[in-house]
Amino acid sequence: MEILLNKRKETIDKDEITLAELIEYKKFTFKLLVTKVNGQLVKKNVRSESIIRDGDEVDVLHMISGG
Amino acid sequence: MTTEEIRERLADKVVGIAGCGGLGSNCAVALARTGIGKLILVDDDKLEASNLNRQYFFADQIGEFKSLALRDNIRRIDDTIIVETHIVRLDPDLVTELFADCDLIVEAFDQDNEKQMIIETVLGDMPDKSIISGQGLAGFGNNESIKTQRLGNLFIVGDGETEVSEKQPPLAPRVAVVANMQANLVLELLLNTE
Repeated sequence: MEILLNKRKETIDKDEITLAELIEYKKFTFKLLVTKVNGQLVKKNVRSESIIRDGDEVDVLHMISGG
Repeated sequence: MTTEEIRERLADKVVGIAGCGGLGSNCAVALARTGIGKLILVDDDKLEASNLNRQYFFADQIGEFKSLALRDNIRRIDDTIIVETHIVRLDPDLVTELFADCDLIVEAFDQDNEKQMIIETVLGDMPDKSIISGQGLAGFGNNESIKTQRLGNLFIVGDGETEVSEKQPPLAPRVAVVANMQANLVLELLLNTE
């Protein structure tokens, strides 16, 4: 399937994947993230219940200390 | 728009500032100078000497609560601006309560877990509000890496990568650039709606 991950096309060799698996698979390095799927917030505690399918738009945002 | 027209339009606007450190103090001062009607400042910290390298405070304010010291500094710039202060550590319930009447919320926390908490709370529980978050401002130089990302009602300002560390401290120029970009975006969102 093909998804749009952080505005970039990404091909994943599966028909569907949970958001938690996608984060693991892509090895996002920062420990704290905010995630959106098709523009909707997916809170940190429900990422393993959020299914990503072909054509979905996923935003994974790093929380960066400093302010 | 003239300066006066801008001030007129901003006069009834309310902006919430979550955190009164490097981002929050500089952003709030920029908004005050532009003529924002009301600011809601939330922070539970006291000013330390080490904060003066980037935060909009003065040496004789060390030991004061930042939200109160920032209110005082804003009053010295423009005493017509309404400033509401809360000395409290924000949690989801307080975010929705204290910022309920804001037109916009500026995320100006230092810690990543607090940034995540307020973004998830605003996007999840206050879907009609926009939040402008500062992410990535450590070190110096590399002006061209600082940008704005727009994701619906979430706006992220910063370089998106530099994390504060011993070898990469937060310094006045870059912190204030991001803070003023947050303020600039506040103006864009508030003034372009009418």
